[in-house]
Amino acid sequence: MTCLSAKDKDTVKVFWAKVADKVEEVGSDALSRMLAVYPQTKTYFSHWKDLSPGSAPVNKHGKTVMLGVGQAVACIDDLNAGLLTLSELHAFTLRVDPANFKILSHCLLVVLSIKFPNDFTPEVHVSLDKFLAALSRALSEKYR
Amino acid sequence: MVVWTDFERATITDIFSKLDYEAVGGATLARCLVVYPWTQRYFGNFGNLYNAAAISGNPMVAKHGTTILHGLDRAVKNMDDIKATYAELSVLHSEKLHVDPDNFKLLSDCLTIVVAAQLGKDFTGEVQAAFQKFLAVVVSALGRQYH
Repeated sequence: MTCLSAKDKDTVKVFWAKVADKVEEVGSDALSRMLAVYPQTKTYFSHWKDLSPGSAPVNKHGKTVMLGVGQAVACIDDLNAGLLTLSELHAFTLRVDPANFKILSHCLLVVLSIKFPNDFTPEVHVSLDKFLAALSRALSEKYR
Repeated sequence: MVVWTDFERATITDIFSKLDYEAVGGATLARCLVVYPWTQRYFGNFGNLYNAAAISGNPMVAKHGTTILHGLDRAVKNMDDIKATYAELSVLHSEKLHVDPDNFKLLSDCLTIVVAAQLGKDFTGEVQAAFQKFLAVVVSALGRQYH
């Protein structure tokens, strides 16, 4: 069960509306950063020809991941139900160690801080951090 | 022994030369107290920490944030022996301040985010990697004297 207050949910929705049209840029940057700062995460992408920042697979996958986050924002009132399919995908097919959700969340927050320095206030930061933690928990729901 | 590449040394020195220690220190500590409210346990005598606005405007938070940044400066100036440089600080945090060392990582994540906002596009993935490596060494050194 998530512990997002009504204020958290509103904060996340309002902020994410600002991010909506930069989804590919934000996703690509977050993913690139993750691969650079936490090289162990590259192990999940050994099937890509090019892992460099701004490469085609990184851009495409960054966008995919951000659209997933957007999906979570849309079902913020019931993340477990809304992310059921994605949770099954991560549990049975991708089997990404959940520790990596925290890593990617951190990289996403860094990107948001860079791109929205005035909007990404401490209050927005805490609501987003809580939301990403709840999202990660929902994504790990089906693991065991 | 931590091995620093030329790029990492230059990057760390460059970042810190661009930082306003007062502004960044205060903003970092304030952000940590807002995002991870349990960290407020160490600042019982700081007065009004009731909400984000109060925290961000609190002069004791600002002052202590500056102290922290100056502490980091010592590591920047002694990158080849951060462990020894921080031995006393580690004992202080363990024996006197009783700070849970997990909190060092929380503060360092907030610092990364504040510095990212300040440097903008210049805070590339490579720069972030160097910065986080530096902070990881600092955090490890600070936790060394705990027992």
